[in-house]
Amino acid sequence: MDKKNILNALRLKELVLPLGAIFLGLLVGGIVILWIGKNPFTAYASLFYGAFGDLNRFANTIARATPLILTGLAVAFAFRCGLFNIGVEGQLLIGALSAAFVGTTLSGLPAIIHLPLTILSAMVASAIWAAIPGILKAKRGVHEVINTIMMNFIAYAFVAFIITGPLKAPGQIPKSADILGSAQLIRLSEIAQWSTSRLNTGIFIALLACVAIYYLLWKTTLGYEIRAVGLNPYAAEYGGISVNRNIILAMVISGVLAGLAGAERVLGFHGSFILGFSPGYGFEGIAVALLGKNHPAGVILAAILFGSLSSGGRWMAFNTGVPTDIVTILQAVIIFFVAAEQIVAWFFRNKKKTGQVA
Amino acid sequence: MYLIEPILTMENITKRFPSVLANDNVSFDLFPGEIHALVGENGAGKSTLMNILFGILTPDNGVIKYKGGQVTIDSPNSAIKMGIGMVHQHFKLVPPLNVAENIVLGSEPKAGLKFDRVKAYKEVAALAKQYGLNIDPKAKVADISVGMQQRVEILKTLYRGAQVIILDEPTAVLTPQETKEMFLIMKSLVSQNKSIIFITHKLNEVMETANRATVMKRGKNAGTVKISETSTAQLAEMMVGRQVLLDIKRGSANPGESVLKVVSVCANDDRKLKAVNGVSFNVRKGEILGIAGVEGNGQNELVEVLTGLRKPLSGHVYLNGKEITGKTARKIKDEKVGYIPEDRHKRGLELDFSISENLILGIHNKSPFAKGIMIDYEKVDEYADTLIKKYDIRTPSGEVKAKSLSGGNQQKAVLARELETDPTLIIASQPTRGLDIGAIEFVHNQIIKQRDSGKAVLLISAELSEIMSLSDRIAVMYEGKIVSIIDAKGATEEHLGLLMAGVHDASKEAK
Amino acid sequence: MWDVFGIPLLLATLRSASPLIITAIGGLFAERAGVINIALEGKMLTGAFMAVVVAYFTGNPWLGVFGGIFGGAFLALIHAVVSIKYKANQVVSGTAINILAYGLTVFLLQVFFGVSGTSPSVNKLPAWGPFNPLVYFGLVLVVVAHLFIYYTPQGLRLRAVGENPAAAETVGVNVIRLKYFFVTLSGALAGIAGAALSIGDLSVFVNQMTAGRGFIALAAMIFGKWTPVGALFAALLFGFAEALQIRLQGIVPIPREFVQMIPYVFTMIILAGFVGKATPPAALGK
Repeated sequence: MDKKNILNALRLKELVLPLGAIFLGLLVGGIVILWIGKNPFTAYASLFYGAFGDLNRFANTIARATPLILTGLAVAFAFRCGLFNIGVEGQLLIGALSAAFVGTTLSGLPAIIHLPLTILSAMVASAIWAAIPGILKAKRGVHEVINTIMMNFIAYAFVAFIITGPLKAPGQIPKSADILGSAQLIRLSEIAQWSTSRLNTGIFIALLACVAIYYLLWKTTLGYEIRAVGLNPYAAEYGGISVNRNIILAMVISGVLAGLAGAERVLGFHGSFILGFSPGYGFEGIAVALLGKNHPAGVILAAILFGSLSSGGRWMAFNTGVPTDIVTILQAVIIFFVAAEQIVAWFFRNKKKTGQVA
Repeated sequence: MYLIEPILTMENITKRFPSVLANDNVSFDLFPGEIHALVGENGAGKSTLMNILFGILTPDNGVIKYKGGQVTIDSPNSAIKMGIGMVHQHFKLVPPLNVAENIVLGSEPKAGLKFDRVKAYKEVAALAKQYGLNIDPKAKVADISVGMQQRVEILKTLYRGAQVIILDEPTAVLTPQETKEMFLIMKSLVSQNKSIIFITHKLNEVMETANRATVMKRGKNAGTVKISETSTAQLAEMMVGRQVLLDIKRGSANPGESVLKVVSVCANDDRKLKAVNGVSFNVRKGEILGIAGVEGNGQNELVEVLTGLRKPLSGHVYLNGKEITGKTARKIKDEKVGYIPEDRHKRGLELDFSISENLILGIHNKSPFAKGIMIDYEKVDEYADTLIKKYDIRTPSGEVKAKSLSGGNQQKAVLARELETDPTLIIASQPTRGLDIGAIEFVHNQIIKQRDSGKAVLLISAELSEIMSLSDRIAVMYEGKIVSIIDAKGATEEHLGLLMAGVHDASKEAK
Repeated sequence: MWDVFGIPLLLATLRSASPLIITAIGGLFAERAGVINIALEGKMLTGAFMAVVVAYFTGNPWLGVFGGIFGGAFLALIHAVVSIKYKANQVVSGTAINILAYGLTVFLLQVFFGVSGTSPSVNKLPAWGPFNPLVYFGLVLVVVAHLFIYYTPQGLRLRAVGENPAAAETVGVNVIRLKYFFVTLSGALAGIAGAALSIGDLSVFVNQMTAGRGFIALAAMIFGKWTPVGALFAALLFGFAEALQIRLQGIVPIPREFVQMIPYVFTMIILAGFVGKATPPAALGK
């Protein structure tokens, strides 16, 4: 009976820490808002209304959360193998670029071929982009943090070149041509009269990805191996698991998820590749993964939270004049508290054990 | 010696941790110029008591008196200032710095803003000479031997004026010869009126060097005796509270054909230095070959070659006639080799996995647990439950994470996993390190059982008594070579000790 | 194209290298104390921003440098508390600092100046010969850092803490205080480097103007094997890549975006080739 209580307490504890981090984050944000002379309560109230005030707003919040589910999943999956994939942003862009290319240039194909092909091209492109730092880590031992960040900058430059050059659509705005009808993801606004939302069928891809990753990690041999490598590569090696192979595989899968995020934006939300379309989905994904404790279910919840902060933020800025960038600050603060709290909680559980040593 | 006052007394020390009463009203005293041994099983409370003395822990209750006056020791700094020094079991040295730098760290001689390195060398050399400790102040700590590193640690305490020196398991990493040198050093120190507290679990060393011994048992002081009035048997009984059979009863071996054949294997260590230098031996069905040797003579690297975790430079390894040289860990596992690693936390277990998941590590991608890439967790849980019962692993369920098990139960889990796959060759490396007597007995019995059922067992251990009580044949490894293989019958500790220190004896060899 | 290679390129190399030198040395102080310093980018960016803010409100670029020090050190202190006191994973907390810096600078740009991309102009530092004063500071820093690490008792303790903090602790070195000090110092130095970017040669703060230099400095530190002299040469190498890239734009028949990639690709190649041989302080990140 005692053990059951402890187990239950632990599970509740799993929620308390992220909730605590969110609360503290909002508190710090509130102080900052006060400091610039605004009322935090009205600010947060407009934030909430902006995110959830009516069905259309709610749809927009989910739309804003969609890429975060995928980028959060990407970061979380890499974390499970002990890898810090800070390059999700670049992988997302490369995936988006590939989707833009296939989605705008291959005309005359039926949607049933074109759409999957376009999405597949995004997945392959971003997988390759992620594989490079993965291979460098596996073969040369270079820490993936620096390499993935370098790949981000290379991606920015490359994407800028392509979109202002070969793929540029005529006109002033640096963007690609519009995605052909046969490769588009359908938006809510197209099928519901009451909605102007760009929430699109990509959300289903995101949710499907979450289910797939859950199964992959906890029901397959591949997932077993990836988790083993992430928790203790020495024991994994001893168990016959190839650490290098799994590192590369984890980066590839992580990249694929990032690419899907890029595809959803280009094929669904925007309908074309607009230079600079990402406000940092890849980096927000880091916060989402951490808050969601690297678990698909947690990622969905955390993505909705951050999505609501962003989508509500615009209304908040309009209504109260608080700059939207407070949301980025909030994210960083939440990450701090999650990172520190996880270790503090772990520490408590450990202190109980070390007491056994005499 | 007993007509004068003790230099140190610890009275009624109590220390409680959340799950255990580590020190229960313990009293202890130390006379000047005395070597006082502190013995006990793992978990008996000796380390806790000394950590309190050295200021790493504070007692819940009790009084410490030093040089006549009551003192409070709230940090290692206070202890050091008072003249209490400690040489830990795991050295606290900075490898890239040299000997003198390590010794003077924190109390560096200065010339203005500059670190006066020359003065440091002088002071250290003079101190070493005074106590007869042979070291080179300019040598990098990373490059010197373990015995020398230990001398550096002792000099660290002397540099800071230690009067009381606590030695925590000092001979754990030394050859028998280096151990003799250590005893001479200890005698030299007490002749200059230092007092030594000597924590050890090796009872014959206690009999050889100490003046008195205090036995700790389950947090209590089970008695303080004069060495002249006691024996190893009595000490052992005080430690455990029952007659301890220091010898395992086993039948003689009936070895069959060769299972493992190792021919001239050479391998480098992580620093690209040669660690295994032309090793050849074989292990037969139904026998235990024990490899004795002080740690760091290439045993780890040899085992890694045999288990596929390290590629050899040259040589061959055959298993049941089949060549497995340089094959991957996975392939070697598939050839039915069971491996009990020396570091169960690093190699043996995924501490954050459940016990069930740990029990299929290495066979997780095989049937009946895996169908294609899907894992059948029902089968996994069934398997785990069977093993938990069979090997008496104390745990509420297989769902619990491995890290919450005690050391003994963790090792049982590792054994269960490896032995249940019915391997033909079992490699056990330091299998009883850090375990209490009950767990040690269990592991030893399992190993004998495997031998008796016709398996080939390769045992690597730094505990000579373990090698001698389990092995049928004993090989000694020194500086990457097998210097001798002899029959266990008639092998003596002296002979093996000489071999372990590199003194070659051509007689008495048996292949 | 070949007349690109001349004295102006040499000068530009040193100019580009100087923020990297200062940041890399700051980074190695923190890492030698055992704290991973992924957050150099954020500290540099904040320093660049605060330098402009202070220079704007006081009109004095020298005070701006102090603003840079404050900005970098402040962020470093947060990093130190979260990583040392709360034992957070240092890569995670470092990444959070970078995100915080991005958000904070954009936010405050709006709050202080009401703009969103580029700050208003401020007085920049006077030129001393071909360089701004901070370039000379960087070179002096290399010498001072080298003497400090290898010739002073505090330097000895720093090296000990990064390799085996337990060893240092048992001889009475206050490991925690030492870590706090050097992490904050690394922030201060990164802040100076940031000031060099914003008020050294330019006279404005531009959003995200560090453009990854904090990470390139990290690579220079690794390539330089955590030594000041090594960091100097590594930074010069990376500075050369950046200076070259600027000069080649428009001259070479390669699209300028590809030229812009050069420093980043270069960093990856260097790390891939050499990191296997570089050993960090043993207790890094623990």
